[in-house]
Amino acid sequence: MNAPSLLLASILALGLVAEASAQKSDPDRPEANATWQQVRTSLFQAQEIRTPADAVITLDAPERAQDAAIVPVSIRTGLEQTPERHIEKVYLVIDNNPSPVGAVFTFTPASGRADIELRVRIETYTHVRAIARTSDGELHMATRFVKASGGCSAPPGKDMSAALANLGKMRLRVEGDVAPGRPALAQLMVSHPNHSGLAMDQLTRHYTPAYFVRRVEISFAGEPVMSADIDFTISENPNFRFWFVPRGDGELKAEVVDTRDLRFATAVAVNPLR
Amino acid sequence: MVTFSACALPSRSFGPGFVALAAVLAITVPLSGTAAVDGPAPLPVEEIATGATPLPVEEIAPGVMLHVGRQEVWSAANGGDVANLAFVVGSECVAVIDSGGSPALGARMLAAVRARTPLPVCYVIHTHVHPDHVLGAAAFAALEPRPRFVAHARFAASLAARAGHYLAAAERELGHAQEAADIVFPDIEVADTLELDLGGRALTLRAWPTAHTDNDLTVHERATGVLFLGDLLFAGHLPVLDGRLLGWLAVMDELAELEIALAVPGHGPPSRAWPAALQLQRDYLDGLRDQVRAALRAGRTLAETVNALGETGTDTWLLADEFHRRNLTAAYAELEWED
Repeated sequence: MNAPSLLLASILALGLVAEASAQKSDPDRPEANATWQQVRTSLFQAQEIRTPADAVITLDAPERAQDAAIVPVSIRTGLEQTPERHIEKVYLVIDNNPSPVGAVFTFTPASGRADIELRVRIETYTHVRAIARTSDGELHMATRFVKASGGCSAPPGKDMSAALANLGKMRLRVEGDVAPGRPALAQLMVSHPNHSGLAMDQLTRHYTPAYFVRRVEISFAGEPVMSADIDFTISENPNFRFWFVPRGDGELKAEVVDTRDLRFATAVAVNPLR
Repeated sequence: MVTFSACALPSRSFGPGFVALAAVLAITVPLSGTAAVDGPAPLPVEEIATGATPLPVEEIAPGVMLHVGRQEVWSAANGGDVANLAFVVGSECVAVIDSGGSPALGARMLAAVRARTPLPVCYVIHTHVHPDHVLGAAAFAALEPRPRFVAHARFAASLAARAGHYLAAAERELGHAQEAADIVFPDIEVADTLELDLGGRALTLRAWPTAHTDNDLTVHERATGVLFLGDLLFAGHLPVLDGRLLGWLAVMDELAELEIALAVPGHGPPSRAWPAALQLQRDYLDGLRDQVRAALRAGRTLAETVNALGETGTDTWLLADEFHRRNLTAAYAELEWED
């Protein structure tokens, strides 16, 4: 288990999972949430977190979660990813979800931009936070308040048997023209139920354990571009839009590992226009 | 490895009550294929429950009673009375079709049954898992003898995954305190079709592939030709996609072939015009499919698509502000996997 996973594990071990859904949030007092205070201490101790920090990180999410199972979240960053100074980590925290730390992304200078778009499950009214850690150790946070939707919009997926049937199918593509040395946008789609557990097995009548993609690794020409430690906070069929810098011809490769240690990989050849 | 607790099930809603739910599941009788359940033996009339005010019902065919819910979202003001609920009276017993959006509403539905007949309720059929249709179940589960609960073969798994969320939503939106006992799992599961005999009249239940949800079940009362479609059909209320858009359109093609005297949607008034009653919904869902496919072809992201199309194609519908963007989201997540 690598360092970010240990972090997630230690946070979960605090018992935040069980307490989370009992939390109430005041939209105007993002610092008051008790879960956030615990997460903050676990991840960042007493270190200063600058917020708002629009020059470094912004977060876009709908004001109301139209479909609680699929809430699009877009994190944009303002730093150029240079070897001297870049964003190393982006933490996604959803205070009132059962697992508040839903994702920890790792970026490199080869990312070009530390931007990421993904879709998450949102359990109830909550603050959603993206916290960037720069290579020189600063913390910057963007926060949005998201309202859960009405009664029948629910975080579990829509067709659990279909999700399992297509398990591990992947799509990886590069969007738009690609120029050498310029950040290029790519999208990874993974077919996976990514569920939280407590779906009942039809044959055994037992409740299945959580089953989700826990690790994503992207490389270009063998060099790490983006990696992520994630859990069932991410919607069914995990979907990420991210950036990378192709310096020449190479292979963009994605590998994911789920909680049953199944590994799925795909790759696409990239030949920048010269 | 960390063991995660449920995403959808707040732990506090599953204390001792959860053990009781598990026990119910353990005695469930799964049925597959076409099967017939024998008509019930003569049963003692159960005690008349509560002093609840009977829900207003209309006799839409002889012995077939319908309560038309309001065209609103779930709220404390309407007590969850937003879905159509029905019951069918045979010579021996009664089948209830959807139990309502809260236990209190279920009690009012039971009172409506009691106002009509002293015969026992032998079956409570749930057309799909959504809370406005199933959270009244507790009122019927308390009856002695206890009716048998009937649903699609995938209903239980879906309910298990969503129950905690539904109870939390009921508390948030209706002000109704969470109780695990409000969640009732099926005793009889339908994988294909099933006949239920109420004495002198039979109901044919049919389980459908993923459409509005992954557990849609229709109920056909053959003697009068009434088809209860659950939320496979919306009238007035914007159709809500919580299953598979292309699957729903395919199911509608099959439904259109059926001989039906009276179609009862899950929301909105019943209609004798069949299959014309499907047309508005087909237009909307076709439009959803075509617009989202066009957005995908144009390279728009999910958020861009929802923002660009959030106001389009909903002129003839109620509650579009509440549900159209959600439908766009679900359609996009489905159609982006098309080749």
